[in-house]
Amino acid sequence: MASIVAVIASTHHPFYYRASTATGEDRPPFADEWTRKILAFRETLTRARPDVLVMVGSDHFHQLWLDNMPQFLVGKAPHYDANWYNEEREFGLPRMLLTGQEDLSGHILRAGLDAGFDLAFSNELRIDHSITCPIITLRPEADLPIVPIYTNIFAPPLPQPKRFVQLGQSIRDIVESWPSHLRVAVIGTGHLSLELGGPRQFGPHGPDPEFDQRAVEWIANGDLDECLREVTLDSLHSPGNATHGFMDFMLMMGVAGAGVKADYVDTLDLFHTMEAYFTWYPNGAPS
Amino acid sequence: MSKYLLNKFLFMVDRDPELVERYRSEPRELVAWWEAECANTVLNCHTGEASTWLRFDDVEREALATHDHVKLFELGAHPFLTLTLFIALFERDNTEPLEYQKSFGARLAHFSMPYPDIAT
Repeated sequence: MASIVAVIASTHHPFYYRASTATGEDRPPFADEWTRKILAFRETLTRARPDVLVMVGSDHFHQLWLDNMPQFLVGKAPHYDANWYNEEREFGLPRMLLTGQEDLSGHILRAGLDAGFDLAFSNELRIDHSITCPIITLRPEADLPIVPIYTNIFAPPLPQPKRFVQLGQSIRDIVESWPSHLRVAVIGTGHLSLELGGPRQFGPHGPDPEFDQRAVEWIANGDLDECLREVTLDSLHSPGNATHGFMDFMLMMGVAGAGVKADYVDTLDLFHTMEAYFTWYPNGAPS
Repeated sequence: MSKYLLNKFLFMVDRDPELVERYRSEPRELVAWWEAECANTVLNCHTGEASTWLRFDDVEREALATHDHVKLFELGAHPFLTLTLFIALFERDNTEPLEYQKSFGARLAHFSMPYPDIAT
């Protein structure tokens, strides 16, 4: 059976690529510290020597739209084109081509349906920055096959938070039941407090530093009980109008397991949001 | 009121560099053309498949034609779509980093929680 060698959760800041590659006067003052933190975070994946990446993210109205909106969707394609014109325009993101792992995609779809998740699938999926940002930060060689899993944190009505946790728990079981010798890392990205298109956007910090602090503690300690007690679809409006992306962090807590402390935790307080980086090693930290 | 159609306009224009430029330079004309030619296009279908009933109301049409992102927020347009497209339209006029993004937020300062419902 396959082994999960790392579970990784982080924010996905689309400005990282531009900030980290900028030089001279164009290089923002926080770029060096941000880059140092990302290089240390990247090492937590490199050390685990993965063969396959299961990538959990949220489409930002690029591939998925209100005419036909899935709640949870698994990509099943041999290749994935990545990033879109408006991401190139706004964030300077490069166009990318990633390889798919169709066998694992098929296994997740079959076993996920059997586990009670009515997963949508796509044989032609162009992915966006929620998945390409962690490639850029964690595996810039982009040399490993991926299985993209998209969640709807964007277009109401949304699934309940507990459903994200349950899906994460099932993904853990499903990947570990995959008849393969390959080493799998499960990587997911979400948000802490975040406001986009509203009055609290682009402040000097995230819109709700207090929420960010509690959220980081929940994730770092695997405190799913407290997190599920406090987080509801309604409550997530308060920390910022884009904070429902936090449910993808909750999904990753489900993958890591209730009560399991993260082996690696780091944060960076940036303008308009707090960056956060977490890694778990289900089979023990690699030497 | 059609929050869906507002979103569909923002979504479709944001994806097309030519439409972004037309919306910047001639918003009223672009909105009229889009409503006549594109609003009823059924996305993800073959060319020629269309619905027959999608229309803006007068308030929505005027908000789009005047680049009134505050009114779009009040009408429940998805704020991510509005922000992304309006950055494409006006960030280029910035004289300092994030100038437009910050002013966009400041113009919404009179809104408090709960914000207008964005469900379609």
